[in-house]
Amino acid sequence: MTRVTVDARRLLCPMPVIRVQNKVRELEPGAIVEAICTDPGALNDIPAWCRINGHKVLETRSEDGEHIIVLEVGSK
Amino acid sequence: MKKQYKAAALISGGLDSMLAARVIQDQGIYVEGLNFFTGFCVEGHTHAIRKKDRNKPKRNNALWVAEQLGVKLHFVDVVEEYKDILFNPKHGYGANLNPCLDCKIFMVEKALEWIKENDFDFIITGEVIGQRPKSQRKDTMPVVARESGAGDLLLRPLCARNLPPTRPELEGWVDRQALFDFSGRTRKPQMALARRFGFEDYAQPAGGCCFLTDAQYSDKLADLWQSRGQKQYELDDIMLLKVGRHLRPGPEFKVIISREEGEGNFLQGYRDRFVSLKTTSHAGPLALIDGEAGEAGLELAARLVARYSQGRDAERVELEIREKDGSTRTLSVAPLQPHEIPKEWRL
Repeated sequence: MTRVTVDARRLLCPMPVIRVQNKVRELEPGAIVEAICTDPGALNDIPAWCRINGHKVLETRSEDGEHIIVLEVGSK
Repeated sequence: MKKQYKAAALISGGLDSMLAARVIQDQGIYVEGLNFFTGFCVEGHTHAIRKKDRNKPKRNNALWVAEQLGVKLHFVDVVEEYKDILFNPKHGYGANLNPCLDCKIFMVEKALEWIKENDFDFIITGEVIGQRPKSQRKDTMPVVARESGAGDLLLRPLCARNLPPTRPELEGWVDRQALFDFSGRTRKPQMALARRFGFEDYAQPAGGCCFLTDAQYSDKLADLWQSRGQKQYELDDIMLLKVGRHLRPGPEFKVIISREEGEGNFLQGYRDRFVSLKTTSHAGPLALIDGEAGEAGLELAARLVARYSQGRDAERVELEIREKDGSTRTLSVAPLQPHEIPKEWRL
């Protein structure tokens, strides 16, 4: 299964969402994307973007000042 | 079978674009949203940076609106392309460095490209005649349609009945009689319509989130251009303009001084790009030097930073000077007194 990481550290929203969106465009449904962010706004924005665009958030967690959102690409 | 028409809605996150999209959805049109990121829509950024704002609810209003409407939202990164609009606005600036009319033309032009690539039929915006002094006037509405190339594929549902019919109306894709004739700066019709749709929570309308309409921000951007001898910027530059105190003791350099812990943490991320200063003998801010200060300028900057530290009344304050390569040294200075800081330094 395809699994990719999007490094969105030091980027402020909505840039992390844009980075995730652009990566998801390149991937097939079922691929896993792990976004690593430092802007806590990403914890709201990326899941919201996933909900409205049909992708599934598998996990969100925060550790050492970093916020990680793991999602599965849905059908486009 | 009747064709399912599709519209791309420019979604800013404010009330008007939310209402416009909803009005068109109510006519059975399939709608998806577009949100253009220029780099200047940065309210969320300052909330993310400043510690005192950390507990404020954070939401991207465009995403939130899309979720309320049940539509997909596509962010379009136009940071690089937008520079041409900002540097050379054909229709000039507004009260500050806001090229509102050119900006609207540009966004509709980008939306036109998008609908062609994605097989959509027309574009909708939340524009209302007379709502904004520069870009939303009766005489500028046709300019946006014409110069963007969208022509009669650009529909403004909130004021459509004050304008000539567009193709979606003429072809019967939408019912013109079910569109609106709002005009002027009053917000009452929009608020009444919001109530009708059951929208109780929405971003404060009018004014938008563009920092280019802010006089102080525009002054700092103009100073940036002047100091570099040309109109140019990178995304980091325009982010930094929103953070900290900016003081320019001389034409060769300016000092960016954090105002609180959150800003200090944010500026730390730039220490590999700028010479930085941090007080060590007393609690105090982190500062960046933007430009070439030279030894005398660096000492002046250190005295300035000391002034904003807890050691402002001390005889001497020690600071760590960190070069871009990570090497450090210590400087001991007398803090500047308030009368030694001309107001012209403050940007």
